[in-house]
Amino acid sequence: MKASAGGYARAVDVPHALELMAGSEGAGRFLAGGQSLIAAMNMRLSEGDMLIDISKIPGLSGVAEDGERLRIGALTRHAEIGRDPLLRQHAPLLSDAVRFIAHAAIRNRGTIGGALAHADPAAEFPACILALGATLHAHGPDGDRDIPAEAFFEDVFTTALAEDEILTAISVPKAEPGERHVIEEMARRSGDYALTGLCLVRRSAGHRLSVFSAGPVPILAKGAMTALDAGDADAAVEALRAEIEPSSDTQATASYRRHLAGVLLRRAIARIEGETA
Amino acid sequence: MTIAFGNPDRPNSYIGKTVPRPNAPKLVQGRGRYVDDITLPRMVHVAFVRSPFAHARIKEIDSGEAQAVKGVLRIFTGADIAKVCTPWVGVLAHLKGLKSPPQHALAVDRATWVGEPVVAVVASTRAAAENAVALIDVDYEPLPAVTDTMTALDADTPLIHPDLGDNLAFQRLHEEGDVEAAMASAHKVVSAQFRTARHTGVTLEPRSILVDWNPAEGQMTAYHATQAPHMIQTVLATHLDLPESRVRVICGDVGGSYGIKVHVYPDEVATAAIARIMGRPVKFIADRLESFSTDIHARDHEIEAKIALDAEGKILAIDVDDWTGIGPYSVYPRTSAIEGNQVVNLCGGPYEFANYRAKTTVVFQNKAPTCQYRAVGHPIAVAITEGLVDMAAAAIGMDPVEIRRRNMYADDCYPVTSPAKMRFEGLSHHASMTKLMEMMDYDALRADQAEARKQGKSRGIGIASFIELTNPSPFMYGIGGARISAQDGCTVRMDPDGSIVALSGVTEQGQGTEAMLSQVVAEGVGVSPSTVRVITGDTQVTPYGGGTWASRGAGIGGEAALQAARALRQSILEVAASMLQADPGALDIRDGQVVDSDSGAPRLPLEELGRIVYFRGDTLPKDLPRELVQTRHFITMDYPFAFTNGVQASYLEVDTETGVVTLLKHWCVEDCGRVINPQLVDEQIRGGIVQGLGGALYEEIHYDSDGQLLNGSMADYLVPMAAEMPDMIIGHVETPTAESELGAKGAGEAGTAGAPAAVMNAINDALRPLGGQITEMPFTPERILRALGTIED
Repeated sequence: MKASAGGYARAVDVPHALELMAGSEGAGRFLAGGQSLIAAMNMRLSEGDMLIDISKIPGLSGVAEDGERLRIGALTRHAEIGRDPLLRQHAPLLSDAVRFIAHAAIRNRGTIGGALAHADPAAEFPACILALGATLHAHGPDGDRDIPAEAFFEDVFTTALAEDEILTAISVPKAEPGERHVIEEMARRSGDYALTGLCLVRRSAGHRLSVFSAGPVPILAKGAMTALDAGDADAAVEALRAEIEPSSDTQATASYRRHLAGVLLRRAIARIEGETA
Repeated sequence: MTIAFGNPDRPNSYIGKTVPRPNAPKLVQGRGRYVDDITLPRMVHVAFVRSPFAHARIKEIDSGEAQAVKGVLRIFTGADIAKVCTPWVGVLAHLKGLKSPPQHALAVDRATWVGEPVVAVVASTRAAAENAVALIDVDYEPLPAVTDTMTALDADTPLIHPDLGDNLAFQRLHEEGDVEAAMASAHKVVSAQFRTARHTGVTLEPRSILVDWNPAEGQMTAYHATQAPHMIQTVLATHLDLPESRVRVICGDVGGSYGIKVHVYPDEVATAAIARIMGRPVKFIADRLESFSTDIHARDHEIEAKIALDAEGKILAIDVDDWTGIGPYSVYPRTSAIEGNQVVNLCGGPYEFANYRAKTTVVFQNKAPTCQYRAVGHPIAVAITEGLVDMAAAAIGMDPVEIRRRNMYADDCYPVTSPAKMRFEGLSHHASMTKLMEMMDYDALRADQAEARKQGKSRGIGIASFIELTNPSPFMYGIGGARISAQDGCTVRMDPDGSIVALSGVTEQGQGTEAMLSQVVAEGVGVSPSTVRVITGDTQVTPYGGGTWASRGAGIGGEAALQAARALRQSILEVAASMLQADPGALDIRDGQVVDSDSGAPRLPLEELGRIVYFRGDTLPKDLPRELVQTRHFITMDYPFAFTNGVQASYLEVDTETGVVTLLKHWCVEDCGRVINPQLVDEQIRGGIVQGLGGALYEEIHYDSDGQLLNGSMADYLVPMAAEMPDMIIGHVETPTAESELGAKGAGEAGTAGAPAAVMNAINDALRPLGGQITEMPFTPERILRALGTIED
C-alpha cells in the first residue's frame, strides 16, 4: 500500500513542535525515528497524519550525567544507546537491551523516546525503564512535567503523555556499586519481538523485575520481587507466572508465555548469581 | 563428437566450472529492470477491492464516492470484466475426476476467500487508486465458510460450490501389492500422523504485471514477472479472445519465483482485461499484504501413515492417507491436484519394497488457493517417508543409517520402477549416503551427541534420503491438455564481431539460468562465456519453450543450448574450412579462434570469419552455406521425469526448557547428474535448504475458523533469516542422465525437499530419550514443549 499522509512539517525546536501539534486539529503525529509510525502508515493503519518531524530538534539527543542520574535525550537512537559508555557503566540494562531490538537498520533510526511514547507492550525499552525506576520528562503547554516510569504505560500503545505533550528526555539512576542488571528474552528469530522477556535489577534496596510481551503493558512483577527479596526463587517463579497476563497469538499461547517467563526468570537469577560468584 | 566432461583440461572447459554470472553486476548495482521499473506513456495503475470475508454473496457495489476521488479514471466490477474476459477452469484430463468451477478475473456474485479481488480501481497513481478502494462500499452477505480440511466432506459441512455436488476436488488411490497382508504379517508396524503447515513463497519482488494494448497494431504486450512467458501468452490470448500471435509476454528481471509466479492470478488477468478495455498501459504490483492473501499457498496437508518392517528391518509396506485443502478453486492451468498427486508418487521413493498404498484427498476450502510451490509435494512425502523410517528404526533398535542402507535401491539396480510406478533411470542412494557419512563424520557426531547429553544438552542427528522429480516430459501437464511446453529451444547466433547471442525459452528468475546457458553455449561453440549474451523471457524473440519450473532449466534448456551451440560451431567450421582450404574435421574453435585441432595453432579469429561472412560474402564460394544462426529444441523422451536423489542431515540442539531449536549444522549430498556450475548448484541447494528449514521451524499461514487470515505481514509470517541458519556443507555424486548429451538433471528443489524431514528426525532424535516426538510442522518452541509434556493446558 501507499501511505496517505496529511502533511509534513519540520519542527525547529520543542515549542515549535507543540505549536504545530496544536494547529494540527488532532491529526498531528510526532515523527522521530519513524520505525513504527512509517510502517503503520505504509499499511494504512494510520491515514491522514500530519507528520511533525522532531528528529532535527537540537539538544534532544545524547546521554549526559546529571548528578546521581543519567539523562538520555528522547531522540537518542537505539544504536547510540548500545554504544554509549556512560550507559554501559551506569545503566548496562539499556546497553544490553539494544542487541535484542530488531535489526541494525532499525536500530540506526529508531529513538528511545519514540519507542517509549509508542509503548509497544512487546518492546524492550519500556520494560527497561520500568525496571530501572526511570523518570520521563515531558514538555507541554504548561511547561515541564516529570512522570515516573511506573505511571507512564497505561495500555497498549497508550501512555500518560497528553496529546499536547512531547517526551524530551528520560533519566535513570546510576547503578550503585554491586548493582546487577540482566535482560532475558526469547524470540522466534533474532530481532523479532520477544515471545516474552524480562528485566531483572538487583539493588541493595531490593529486586526490581519487569516483564514485557506478557500483557497489555510492561509490568513490575511485584509478587516475584518480594519473593526474590526473600531469596525464594521457586516462589518468585510461581508469583511471576501468576501475576502476568500474556495473550495468545499465532506464535505462542498464553500458557507457553507464562511457562517461558518462569524459565527466563530462573536464567536471569542464575546469571546474576554467576556474575557475583 | 562428444564432450569429454571428465577431462578438466579439455579446450573451452566451461561446463562443470564455476564461472561468473553475467547478470550479477547488473543486479548488484541496482541496474536490473523489474516490471515496476518500467514506466510507459499514458500508464495507469490498478488497485483492487478485495473480499474481507472468506465466503460471501456480493449484493450491491456502490462506487459513487470512489469515482469522485482525484486521479480515479475507471472502476470495474466482476461483471464489467466478464464482458471481455472468459472464466477459466483449473482441471487437467489426466488427473481423473479433478473438478473445479469456472473462476472469473474478478468475483462476479460470490467471493470465496479473504483477498479475492472484487472490484478494480484504475487511477493515475496507485495511491489514488487505494484512496478510492477505501471508499467503495460492497454490500456482502456473509455465507458459511469451510476452513477445516478433515471435515470438508462431512455431510453437515456447507458446500462451497453447490453445483459441484460436494467439496471434493480430487481423490486418487494408488495400490501396489497387498498392504493389508503385509501389515498383518509384519514384525513391526509403526504408525504416525504428520502435518505440514500452509506456506507461501514470499518472493522478494512481489507479483508484478504491466499490460499494454495497442489497438492500432492489434497487439497486447505484457511485461510480467513470470516463470512461463509462453504459457501466459496462451492464457491471455485464450481468455481475452486474441490470436496467440498477438500477445507478447516480456519477462525481464524477476526477483525470485519459487513456483509462485508460474500460475494464473485473477488480478493479473484483470489487469490485462482492463488494458484491453482502456487501450492504455495498466500496471499492477502486489503489495505485501496482497501477496500473503492472494499468492498461491501450499503444503497444507494432514497425513496418517504406517510402515511395516520385517525382523531384519526391511520395509514390507507403506500406507499413506493424505488430505489437503486447496482453497476454493483449483489453480489454472496447472491445477491444485498436483501436490497431493506428488505425495502419492513420491512416498517411499528411495526404498525397494513391494506393498504400497497411498491415497490423497484434495478438498475445497474458503482460504487462498494452493498450488505448486518449490519442491511440490516433496517435503511432505519426504517427511512422511523419512519420519516413518526413523520411527521404525527406533522401534526395532536399529541405527537410522543402517535401516536406510538395508532398504535403499542398490546403486547398480537401475533402471527400476518403484511401487508408486515411478521409473528411475539411475540413482545413487548408497554412494550419496557414503559420501554424507564421510562429510559429517557420523560416528564422531554420535560421540559428540552422547557427550552433550552427559552435560544435559539435548542434541539430535536427523537423516533424510530423498528423490526429486526433474526434467518433466509432457507427462506432467501436456497429456492433460494444458498448453504448457515440456520442450524447450535455443537459438545461438554469431554476430560479425565474433560474439555469440543465445536466445532461450527457459527463464531467469534470479537463480542463474543465464549463467548456466552462457557457459554451455561458450563450451559448445568454443568461446569465452564473457562473449556470450543470453536473451530470455520474450515470447516474440526466443524459441518457444516452457520456462522455469520443475527443475527443468539446465536439463532441458541447457541441452537445447548445447545442441544449438554445437550446430553453430559446425557451421562456423564449415565456413572456416572453406576460407582456410582445410578439412573441417582438422579444425576446432577454442577461445574465440579457429585453430588446428591437433596442434592448437591459431588459424582464424572468429571476428575475421564474421567480417568475411557478413561483409565480404562475395569472396566465399557461391554454394557454401553460411548459416551462423542455429536453433535446436530438446524434449525428454525415454522417461516421464528425470529423477534425482540425495540425502540430507541435520545436527541441532533443542533447549528443552524453552523448546527453542538451534540448528548447528546441515549437510546435503545431491546427485543432479552433470553439474554445470558448481557454485550455482551449491547455492541452489543452500537456498533450497533454507526454504525447507523455514517450513520446518518457522513458516505457517494461520487462518481462524471463519477463514480470516491472521498473519499477513513479514512480522508474523516468519521466513528463515540468516542469523538462525546453520553452516551448510554440500557434496555431490554425479550420475548423468543418458537422455541428453549434457547429462544434467535438475537441482533447484532438492534442498527444499529434504530439509524439513532431516530437521524433524533430528529433533525427534534429541527428544526420544525424554519421551517426546513431534510431527506437526513448523516445530515451534511451544509444539516441542507440548510434545515433551511441559505445557499441557
